[in-house]
Amino acid sequence: MADNVTPRVRVPREAAAGETITIKTLISHPMESGQRKDGDGNVIPRSIINRFTCEFNGEMVIDVAFEPAISTNPFLEFEAVVPESGTFVFTWYDDDSSVYTDSKDIAVN
Amino acid sequence: MSFTRRETLLMAMGTAFAAVVPFKAFADVDGDIAAFTGGAEIGTGGITLIAPEIAENGNTVPIEVDAPGAVSIIVLATGNPTPAVGTFNFGPLAGAQRASTRIRLAGTQDVLAIAKMPDGSFVQATQEVKVTIGGCGG
Repeated sequence: MADNVTPRVRVPREAAAGETITIKTLISHPMESGQRKDGDGNVIPRSIINRFTCEFNGEMVIDVAFEPAISTNPFLEFEAVVPESGTFVFTWYDDDSSVYTDSKDIAVN
Repeated sequence: MSFTRRETLLMAMGTAFAAVVPFKAFADVDGDIAAFTGGAEIGTGGITLIAPEIAENGNTVPIEVDAPGAVSIIVLATGNPTPAVGTFNFGPLAGAQRASTRIRLAGTQDVLAIAKMPDGSFVQATQEVKVTIGGCGG
């Protein structure tokens, strides 16, 4: 349903061990709420990202359930602790059962 | 002043409609709260909800929730057709129990955030947001 879905994530390249970093994520998605009607009065079916997760080396950072009240192009900013060098994996789950992922490496110095 | 049968009926319908609609919205909010807390008592303090006092465009209202130590936070827009906005579950590597996002608001209303603490207690914060242009289509 949703075309041109592009995830964008901003993570610092490096951090000190145990440092708390801020991560910003954005994914282009119409987030059709299921409340709107088209020109003929038919309800446009709901089509949203319903879940987002962020993991670091397999450990959960944040797991968010999105509802239709989240704006178009859902944006999320949160904080994570970086105990060691590794990879952040970001996953978005679409209503149409598509899954979008992105990952970012971070080095501890 | 006298009313025709038709006017009386219309007025009765209007009253019934006005009485039923807000009640339904509140029931949804209460249902969502009960589903999250399991009917436990909700305290205050220990949670911050930052939302603008006036939002010009209800399609994208920036909000931020912050509840140090919380396990999860639920956000409800009490005046939306479906009040649930989102649930934030924090894992072991969350640097702070804080998250910010952008939400849709149908009109001027209270936004409610409830945090679940590790000891099983709940705290809440509310913020009224005045919306100039609603954000739920229609």
